[in-house]
Amino acid sequence: MNVNLPNPLLEAKAVAKHFGGVKALRDVSLTIRRGEIYGLIGPNGAGKTTFFNCMTGLYVPDGGGFTFDGAPLIADAPDKAAARGIARTFQNIRLFGNMTALENVMVGRHVRTKAGVLGAMFQNAATKAEEAAIRQKAIDLLHYVRIEERAGDLARNLSYGDQRRLEIARALATDPKLLCLDEPAAGMNATETEQLRDLIDGIRRDGTTILLIEHDVKLVMGLCDRVAVLDYGALVIEDVPAVVQKDQRVIEAYLGA
Amino acid sequence: MDIFLQQIINGLVQGSIYALVALGYTMVYGIMGLINFAHGEVVMIGTLVTITVAGSLIKAGMPVAVAGFAGLMAAVLVCMALGWALERVAYRPLRNAPRLTPLITAIGMSIVLQNLAMMIWGRNYLTFPALLPKMDFEFAGANFTMIQIIIVLVSAATMGGLLLLVYRTKLGMAMRATAQNPAVASLMGVNINRVIAAAFVIGSALGAVAGVMVGTYYEIAHYQMGFMLGLKAFTAAVLGGIGNLAGAMLGGILLGIIEALGAGYIGDLTGGFLGSHYQDIFAFVVLIVVLMFKPSGLFGEKTGDRA
Repeated sequence: MNVNLPNPLLEAKAVAKHFGGVKALRDVSLTIRRGEIYGLIGPNGAGKTTFFNCMTGLYVPDGGGFTFDGAPLIADAPDKAAARGIARTFQNIRLFGNMTALENVMVGRHVRTKAGVLGAMFQNAATKAEEAAIRQKAIDLLHYVRIEERAGDLARNLSYGDQRRLEIARALATDPKLLCLDEPAAGMNATETEQLRDLIDGIRRDGTTILLIEHDVKLVMGLCDRVAVLDYGALVIEDVPAVVQKDQRVIEAYLGA
Repeated sequence: MDIFLQQIINGLVQGSIYALVALGYTMVYGIMGLINFAHGEVVMIGTLVTITVAGSLIKAGMPVAVAGFAGLMAAVLVCMALGWALERVAYRPLRNAPRLTPLITAIGMSIVLQNLAMMIWGRNYLTFPALLPKMDFEFAGANFTMIQIIIVLVSAATMGGLLLLVYRTKLGMAMRATAQNPAVASLMGVNINRVIAAAFVIGSALGAVAGVMVGTYYEIAHYQMGFMLGLKAFTAAVLGGIGNLAGAMLGGILLGIIEALGAGYIGDLTGGFLGSHYQDIFAFVVLIVVLMFKPSGLFGEKTGDRA
């Protein structure tokens, strides 16, 4: 992987966010390039999830901004971020528990389809064809993350590992240019983590850029092309894993030395 | 025995109307946690619009069936527009306000709509044009009319259509996803504003159908008729478990039957001290009992799992 490729997909410029007196993000600037797996790590409370939330429109940043895919990203509503091509999963799994696995993925197709309220009410041929296409795409995605045999089960009845996979399938259903995974390996055993690693690598090979927030340092260092470290809301370093691992400031941030 | 069967039939008819109105409450509550107390007034406006449209078309010499259909369509369209406008003007600006604020706004909108209707249609009781043929049937000692049969059939068909919409279409899926977790649904690209607007528009269309049926059944209408009907339908939604579609349907029918049986037997039970015009107390006794012993209703899901 040539890390000097000047092909940015997402650029954050001096993004700031504070909650009352707490500065959760202090002028964070970083660049994610097309086709890479970009790791974002840092101790608990470092601002990783806040950064995610600003990017996906859940929070409005207090300063700075994002450029995504060549144009400013004004994500004042989450569905706009989705429409631009940013999808995410959650640290604490947030599926639609009372809908089937298949339906969860079908919801993700919303942003890429057109039929509106009137089409839904009067069920014209175009609407029906579109809904059939949505269903097929959702089945394909369940197959892709290898849980197709659970398609008809309610999401809340899936095993923990399968729920994580379902969240990834649902995010992929929006045809993202950038897939953001918020601690996908949390709570997984070694085997599940290994399978997840293969899945993430496969998604990247199939052309989706990935932003990975993760506590599992081994997973991050083994999988990511470049890594950024946040501490107390500020960017400490952004470089290839080999350099980040040896950086004195990173070691201090993690060991509290 | 024939009183019993008769009251079951009457209750079923009244209950299907409650069920249609209750669906409007429950859809909006399920998606945004708001009790739209102006919904009864939307139903009332549906009835009054039908009187104006169907009444003047009949006067102009049009066949009753055509005039009735035109009246129904006009009511549905006006109510859909009204539901959309209510959400856009009164509730959307308060989306992130404390829960009490939109509730009070809803009561305010209810009063505004009542007064608006009074200004347009006046204070007097209006006669609803006879849109359906009057035919009587008898079964096992109980009487029922063509109108009653049509009311039950139309509400069953309307509710079936709603279930298809919610469980078989993309919009329905977006509505269910939004009800479970609006923040995540929007991250998946669901436009929450459109889903909420759709819930208001669809609920109002059902209300319009109910309004036309109320008018046909009682042959009379008034600008305040939406208030009690709305409260009863709200009770039905709570009885079934507010936020749950099947609950609203069952709650409506059950409430209709409880009321009808209560009205049929209250004279005997109190030795003639209370007459059948006290039937309204049953709905509210039901409401109090449900709130005391099973506040989540018959099909209620536990709340509070919103992100």
